[in-house]
This record gives sequence, structure tokens and C-alpha cells, in this order.
Amino acid sequence: MSTLSYSACRPRSGQRPSTLLLALSTAMASSLCIAPALAGGHTITPEVSFTLQALYADMAAGERHISGFLPEGHAHGCNPEKLCLDHSEFGLAANLTPTLRASGSVIFVDAEDKGEVEELWLQQVGVLPGVSLKAGRFLSELGYANSQHPHARDFVGSSLMNSVLSGSHLIHDGVQMKWLAPTERFVEVNAELAKKSDNSPKAWSLGAHLGDDLGTSHAWRAGLTYLHAKPVNRAGHVDDSNEVEAHTTFTGTSKTWVADVLWKWAPDGNSKERHLKLQAEYFHRTQDGQLTCEDNRADNGACTGTTSAFRSKQSGGYAQAVYQFMPRWQVGVRYERLDSGTLDFSLPIELAAYKPSRHSVMLNFSPSEMSNLRLQYNRDTSMQGAPDDQWLLQYVQSFGAHGAHRF
Amino acid sequence: MRFLIILNLALLLGLTPAHAKLTVLACEPEWASLVAELGGAQVSVSSATHARQDPHHIEARPSLLAQARRADLLVCTGAELEAGWLPLLQRESGNPAIQVGTPGYFEAAAFVTLLDKPQPGQHLAGHVHTAGNPHLHLNPHNLVPIARALSQRLQQLDPTQAAFYREKGTDFLARWQAAISKWEQQAAPLRGRNVVVQHGSLAYLLRWIGLQVVADLEPIPGVEPSVNHLTSLASSLRPGAAIAILRTPYQAARPAEWLASRSQIPVHVLPYTVGGNTAAKDLFGLFDSSLRVLTAP
Repeated sequence: MSTLSYSACRPRSGQRPSTLLLALSTAMASSLCIAPALAGGHTITPEVSFTLQALYADMAAGERHISGFLPEGHAHGCNPEKLCLDHSEFGLAANLTPTLRASGSVIFVDAEDKGEVEELWLQQVGVLPGVSLKAGRFLSELGYANSQHPHARDFVGSSLMNSVLSGSHLIHDGVQMKWLAPTERFVEVNAELAKKSDNSPKAWSLGAHLGDDLGTSHAWRAGLTYLHAKPVNRAGHVDDSNEVEAHTTFTGTSKTWVADVLWKWAPDGNSKERHLKLQAEYFHRTQDGQLTCEDNRADNGACTGTTSAFRSKQSGGYAQAVYQFMPRWQVGVRYERLDSGTLDFSLPIELAAYKPSRHSVMLNFSPSEMSNLRLQYNRDTSMQGAPDDQWLLQYVQSFGAHGAHRF
Repeated sequence: MRFLIILNLALLLGLTPAHAKLTVLACEPEWASLVAELGGAQVSVSSATHARQDPHHIEARPSLLAQARRADLLVCTGAELEAGWLPLLQRESGNPAIQVGTPGYFEAAAFVTLLDKPQPGQHLAGHVHTAGNPHLHLNPHNLVPIARALSQRLQQLDPTQAAFYREKGTDFLARWQAAISKWEQQAAPLRGRNVVVQHGSLAYLLRWIGLQVVADLEPIPGVEPSVNHLTSLASSLRPGAAIAILRTPYQAARPAEWLASRSQIPVHVLPYTVGGNTAAKDLFGLFDSSLRVLTAP
């Protein structure tokens, strides 16, 4: 076990933490330095990781949106026909005591040329038997894919479902409680309370997952999560009836159910040679509140700054299969479909009934355990009247301590 | 849901059976076998993996989390062998008793000297364990200090049965030392002979017996055998250059068999761990069977 070097603890003269990244690492490093005292003499081994994610995208120019849905949350994207370091990540984590873990990560959003704190949390394992408590900023356990880091995903980019629900993935500033039942079968209950969750000042969720093995070759996990959010002035932009960009804000209540199911097969439980992963998620969401369209008449727009009652009932999901047919090589297919459902409002904006869908195929090659080279083709019909054939080439390379990926 | 809450409250209040057995989860079958030898009827032990699984490539799947949740003791190799899944298994189990740094986590590698520890500053190509080679159970001498420490750990966790564990430990070590003498006699003719291997999985066994590794099917540790590398091995290995190409049950058969067909060197599948073949029913069977395979004509 290597010990924390002294130089990492000492503030370096003449070096100012000019970026968020440095600020975070300085903050983490200084918290690590006081940790040995907390841990009662344990040495702290910080786990430093860096994930470089490069993406080349060949897709239709111009901004794309998902028709029939109000944009939501924070989305990161790579501009078309451009190479970008989309969602590269720097992470630092350490066990401060046997049961207390600190973790933080900063992602680099290429389009905006800045870093963003994606996660920063403390987790206490075993507050009560089987109970873990996490506090800080963390990825919500909503469904399955939401809590996956982008480099751990099997396809390039977020699913349409996750894009519609939170832009890319739902991040909470708050607390999370997980309880694993002391039963033969895996039974896990999670509850989250956020004082800030993307554009909502308040949100809570409650979910449960079951899981088990079937024989030596099959394993599964399935669950249901309910998310209750109270967005205040959640910003979006859509085209208005004059085809001018209009800014909207939504205030009200959003209730979302997400069902997720995961099935994995590996001959004899040995996934090294061949394995199959089936994954599907489905959501149903109702939104009830007030939608305001900001005055854009100066740009020849149709919005006058009026507010309308807004109600929607929407649903959608995806199903995907990824098969490793030989070591280092994987193929995958994904089908996604959303339903804009019912939309009740009276504002001059383009938000018509539509069923966005997307088909994807991908081929992934792993030159080493720490790297992936992925080619993906999307037939994207998520934007009404603008179907697009997209080619994506992604390269992911990890350095340093690399945490285990979840089931 | 209400049932589960009641169940949890019952556990919180300590309403568990009075003379509960110690629940032990072993990361690999060799440690499950050792726990069974040392704990006998006082422990209930299961293994997170079996012999046909590569212990590097395991996922913290739901059934393992449920087992880790209920464990009083977790017995693993350490030395980064389980780095890809064990930290997650411990954390996600929500079980404070089995975390690193608590008496409920036992790491075998802490009690022996590891082979092939990289030199400071050495370039680490491929999948090299910086702590050294973790497949340490295949030198039977390593099991002696590990068994002693594990027996003490059982005594510490379940003091009411301390005398029982002490007796079991003494008995096991006596039988084990006798078996080592027998195995070393059987292995004597193998000393100095050459073998071809895949990965460093068998390094401790080979070093103990005195077998020399003349080639590795992996071009770089942790990197799958490539066609290029196998072709160059096939052209350089003459028949008789090695007594055998050795592999474990969890490694793919094809690369070794392909090389065997080109080089006229036979393939032997060693059990690697308990359960690796029908004869390797426990730790004694593991070494009996390994030597039988190696000394087979």
C-alpha cells in the first residue's frame, strides 16, 4: 500500500488553483491530509483516475432536438463533423476510514471549454446494518443507465429517454440512502432527497431493485423507481409558430416512473471470452404546472411572454443488446422509442404530438483493458421532419486507478 | 416491503439465533476450502467464484452483493487480484463488518512474500499487478502462515469457539506439512524441466516444483494470445523444448491447442483451484491432482 506523499499535501508556492479542476483537487488533497488523523493512523491511498474520451461525429449540421418533448436538464454534446474531447473526466477518490469514502470527479465539456463538477460526495457504509448514506453531489439511481459514467456506457451518447428526462443524466445535490436486505435474494431499496436536482430546486425519489442468478450462466436485476420533482422556472428552448427560437420556463410538478431490467449471460459465469448483456428501461412521466414563453417579438417571434397551464403525460424507453463474441470485440444493437403522449397548453410554440425513435448499431474493440474504440451508426428519427444518418467514432482511454464498473 | 422492514428491525434488535454459525464469503474456492478446514461445522462458507471463472474478471452481481451483505467474514487473496470487483462488492453490500481495515476482511496476500513484484520505475506493460503475482495459493508453503493467521481471525471473530478453531488449525497444519513432504517427493523428477504457460497463473506452483517457463502464450501479461505471437512461438518451439503447455480451466482451450498441434508439445490442464477438476475436491486434492497431471507419462 503506497502512502500519500507529503508533497501532495503541501500547498505548492506560486501555483494558484485557477480552474475548477485544480480547486477540486486541492480541496480533495487537503481533506485527504487531515484524514489520517480521522482514520486513527490508517494510511490513505488516494485513487486518481483520468478518462480521456474523444469523439468524432458525422451528423447533420445544426442543433437537433427531440420533437414533442420540452428540453430538460443539462446536455453536453459534440458539434457535428468535429473531433472533440467530449465528457473527459478527472476523478479522485479515497477511503478515509474503513467505512467512509470520499469521491469527486470533474468532467470537461468540450463545447463550452470548461470543467464541471459532476460528482463530489461522501459515503458512509453501514450506518445501520445494510444501510449506506451518501451526501453531496451524485448521479441519481434513477433506473439503470443514469448512474453509469459515460465512459462505462455501451453506446455513444445518452439514450433518448435519459435525454428527455434530464438532458443527459440526473444529478442530485442532496442525500441518498440505500438499504440492502439481509436476504438470500438481492433486494435493495434506495431513497434520494435533493435540494437541487438539475433545474429543480427540490426532488425526491424512491426505488427498489431485485436481482439474482439463474444457474451458473445467467444473472439479472430489475427495478422500479419513482421520481418526484418540483421544477421552478426550468428553462427550455423550442421553435414558436413563426419558426423563431423561443425560450420557455416551466414551473410545476413532475412525476416520473422508471422501470429497468438487466439480464446478463456468460457461459459458466466466465465473462472473459463471451457474454451477452440485455438491457431495457421504460419511463412514464406526468407534468402539471405553468409554462411561460418569453417575449420574442423583437425577433419576429410569436411569443408575448404569456403563461399557460401545462399538462403532459409522456412515456418511452429503449431496449439494447450487447454481445461479446470473442475477447476484446463486442457488437450491439439498440432500439429507442418515445411517445409525446398528451400535451395540454395554449402557447404559440411547436410542440406537436410525435413518436421520436432511433436505431443504433455499434462495434466495439478494446485494444486493452483500459481502452475502447467504438464505431456507431444511428438512424435518428427523433426530430420530426429531419431524419438523420449519424456515424460516431469514439475512443476512450483510462489512466490511473480505475474503479470497478457496476453490474 | 413491510415484511422486509420488520425483518431488518428484528436483525437490528439482535433477534438472531443464539448460536449462529459464522457466515464466511470467500473470494476464491481455495479460501473457501481453507475456511472449511479451519472452521469445520462452526462456519457456513461459500465462494464468490468457481474454478471456471477468471478471478480477475468477475462482476459484483446482485447475488454476490446479497451474500456479502450477510457475511461476517470475507476471505480474499488481495494483491489487486480482485481489484476489478471486490471494492465495489464491499461498498455496495452496505455491510460495515467486511470493509478493508476491519477484522471481517482477511487478505491472504498480507501473510506471504509475493513473486514477480515489479521493480520501482519498471515500465508496467499490460496487466501487471504492482503488488506482485497474486496467484499465491499454488505454493503449499504459503498456506502455512495464511492458515495460522486465518485460524486466529476465526478465533477473534467467534471467541466462544476459540478452542475449537485452535484445535482444527493445529490438526490441519499437521496434515498439511505431511502432505507437502509427500508432494515434494513426487515432484522431484520434474525439477529443471521446461514448460509453456499462459499468464502467470501457475507461477507459484512452477517455482515450488522447480519447473522452468520457456514461453508464455500471452505476449504481455493480461493481453490475450495473438495470432502473431502464437505463430512466432510455434516456429521457435521445437518438439521436446518443453514437457507440456499448461493452462487453467478458466483459460480458453484454443490458443494452447493450436500451439500443441504445431509444436507437438502436449497440453495439460491443471486444476488451478479447488473444483478445477473432479479430483480437486479440496486443497489436498488440488495438489494431489496437479502433481498427477504434471507427472503423467
